[in-house]
Amino acid sequence: MTPVLEVKNLCHVYSVGTPFEHTALSDVSFCAHRGEYIGVIGHTGSGKSTLMQHLNGLLKPTSGEVLLDGKSIWADKASTRQARFRVGLVFQYPEYQLFEETVYKDIAFGPGNMGLSKEEIDRRVREAAGFVGLSESLLEVSPFDLSGGQKRRVAIAGVIAMEPEILILDEPTAGLDPSGREDILSNIDAYRQAKNATIMMVSHSMNDVAKMADRLLVMRDSLLAMDGTPEEVFRRASELVEMGLDIPEVTRVFLKLRSLGLDVPMVYTKEQAVKTLTALKGGVPNA
Amino acid sequence: MLKDITLGQYFPGKSPVHQLDPRTKLIVLVGYIVALFVAKSWASYALCFGFLAVSIAISTIPVKSIVRGMKPLVLILVFTGVLNLFFTGGETVLVHFWIITITLEGVVRAVFMVVRILMLISATFLLTYTTSPISLTDGLESLLSPLKKLHVPVHELSMMMCIALRFIPTLIEETDKIMSAQKARGADFETGKLMDRVKALIPILVPLFISAFRRADELATAMECRCYQGGEGRTKMKLLRYKRWDMYAFAAGALLVAAVITLASFGL
Amino acid sequence: MEAMRVEHLSYSYPGVDDTPGVSVFEDLSLTVEQGSFVAVLGGNGCGKSTLAKQFNAILLPCGGKVYVCGMDTADEEKLISIRRSVGMVFQNPDNQIVANVVEEDVAFGPENLGIASPAIRSRVDQALKQVGMYEYREHAPHLLSGGQKQRVAIAGVIAMAPKCIVFDEPTAMLDPQGRREVLQTIHTLNREKGITVVLITHHMEEAAQAQRVVVLHKGNIAADGTPAQVFSQVALLHEIGLAAPETVELCYALNEAGFALPLDRLDSEECGQALYDWVKA
Repeated sequence: MTPVLEVKNLCHVYSVGTPFEHTALSDVSFCAHRGEYIGVIGHTGSGKSTLMQHLNGLLKPTSGEVLLDGKSIWADKASTRQARFRVGLVFQYPEYQLFEETVYKDIAFGPGNMGLSKEEIDRRVREAAGFVGLSESLLEVSPFDLSGGQKRRVAIAGVIAMEPEILILDEPTAGLDPSGREDILSNIDAYRQAKNATIMMVSHSMNDVAKMADRLLVMRDSLLAMDGTPEEVFRRASELVEMGLDIPEVTRVFLKLRSLGLDVPMVYTKEQAVKTLTALKGGVPNA
Repeated sequence: MLKDITLGQYFPGKSPVHQLDPRTKLIVLVGYIVALFVAKSWASYALCFGFLAVSIAISTIPVKSIVRGMKPLVLILVFTGVLNLFFTGGETVLVHFWIITITLEGVVRAVFMVVRILMLISATFLLTYTTSPISLTDGLESLLSPLKKLHVPVHELSMMMCIALRFIPTLIEETDKIMSAQKARGADFETGKLMDRVKALIPILVPLFISAFRRADELATAMECRCYQGGEGRTKMKLLRYKRWDMYAFAAGALLVAAVITLASFGL
Repeated sequence: MEAMRVEHLSYSYPGVDDTPGVSVFEDLSLTVEQGSFVAVLGGNGCGKSTLAKQFNAILLPCGGKVYVCGMDTADEEKLISIRRSVGMVFQNPDNQIVANVVEEDVAFGPENLGIASPAIRSRVDQALKQVGMYEYREHAPHLLSGGQKQRVAIAGVIAMAPKCIVFDEPTAMLDPQGRREVLQTIHTLNREKGITVVLITHHMEEAAQAQRVVVLHKGNIAADGTPAQVFSQVALLHEIGLAAPETVELCYALNEAGFALPLDRLDSEECGQALYDWVKA
């Protein structure tokens, strides 16, 4: 199966030839398949955001390539424009980019730029609003009258409405309380399942990525330091800690159990932990 | 990146020129400008040039940076030069061609004008290169404080300038971010007719204004929390105080003005 | 001694034109002991930021009283004394830094108080050293990281020598590194300078490190006690849209499966130990 997205030896240097010159990406290569859920983790300044902005052609690589279905997004003008729509990018705190009078119009901005018919736009707006759990009645309200969590969902719907094959989100849950986080994460997964879309989520929350992603990319100082399943990545817990990154709390607990001499496998989600521990105790007590 | 732009082009340093009181620099600059405009002869220009050259030398600011700053002004300089060259009447005609007459007086005047502007701008650059925007604001506030008696809101103006300086980089960065976010939704700022391009700005301007107002509101609250109640009863951490070098600068400035005026009174 | 006392506070935001106002508190009472470290926890829109603004008279009660260091916040004469006693640090570090040089910003508060120049200088230097930003005193704030900016904001508050500091979600916009820096600074201030800390947050892990946790829900206190007491009420927390720290959640999930594990193990070390004992038993 050919990957939908391929990144080959991507390099990016900012402000070339000035005293501010610095390398944000060096020789990053990976590929993504349809329906994959990829978590991207790394320190602030490790190059995550720069990487994301290359995938839909907002930034042009200094060298290297970004391929969609095997074709470079910089091959010609049409491909670059297509990349904008095929790869949806939700920035951090996306609610600050809302500008229209009504929620409906704001969500319709992206599809409108794609030059779709009125009916198609209408269908997409309603569907996108459905994915993020916004009721019909909210569509005619001004986005500025909504609560913070609702605004965030309108902004995400605005990108989902373009029906991107690859949806990239930069810290979609930042600043939300636990129930708000839960909602957004399940909205995103609902979209992935319905459209068989690829998700790339940048997050500082290891619990979130451990729970959602089936693959993790770890960025460090402009390099792609690790690429693997959560299990493979979190097995290298000590390296992550050394990079100044967190590891899921459950993994910490299990590291402690191991240090106490208990022979347990590495786990990174609560569900796995419960399963492992229950098995260790010989099954559920009163089942 | 946009945020790398340095504002006010301040080059931090420890030279005596850097350490001068901002008021000194402002006053001496005014004196220097007066001298430049009074100057009529090569001798007085030479005096002014000497003053400028010594100041630049002491400041350790590379001449290269000052020259580089001139680049955007080349057009104005050429325009001034050409205008004076062609439209100054005189007796000694050097070239007469079609309707164009160039006189010796014209050449002299054009050279004087260009040199005057060059020297004026160089001195202003020297001020902004060696003075941080905040101390410049402080200096202005202090120099203008007598105007408070006339109910000119001097403190408020300088506070506004200070806050503007603080927030310009933040807002530039924010504009950058909003632009990227709207581009990611397929917004197009580069092509189309003029009207389309103006329309395309709405998705940037609306969020930018909303955010600026939100920032202003939060900043006002934060300032209130830190007991800000206007200029009344406020003190300053860094008191402006004239030191030895300020005296030298004043003396040199006064000497320059006096010398140029004296020369001028002798018709030189 | 009480640093803050809230008595039967009611507050509603005034409505605009015809729209009715929004009621946030109806009858809230709370006291904060001097020198204590209290975390106020709650979901988005539970009223925690509104409460923060009551503590230094940015907002005034519609009914009931708020006392700060014995002063009634409704007393206009005391306004400046109140704001000197209670400092505030807000969520967005960018929107509370006034000057474009770090040390000038830290000096802003003391300058407003009319303190003499040499005294301001020493306060500024001390405050910057306290938060570990002394080397950055001549930097421009917009080039600092989020955590560094927030520490500058904290220095700006401690330069005014307050008795209490209210932190309104100071880490919400920071990355894990910045969050660690800021929390560490807050704990040091509480421990070493005896400053009363009210930390408003929705991060369970941050609240777990406080001496006392107050859970707000729809303008009422839903739980109040030590972190261990509060976080062991997992069902209640879930009901109001919050969660307990992951370690407690793990034990809770095991209990749901029919085991009996303690719900007061807030960090991975303690939790690991408890699980080990349980597996071995």
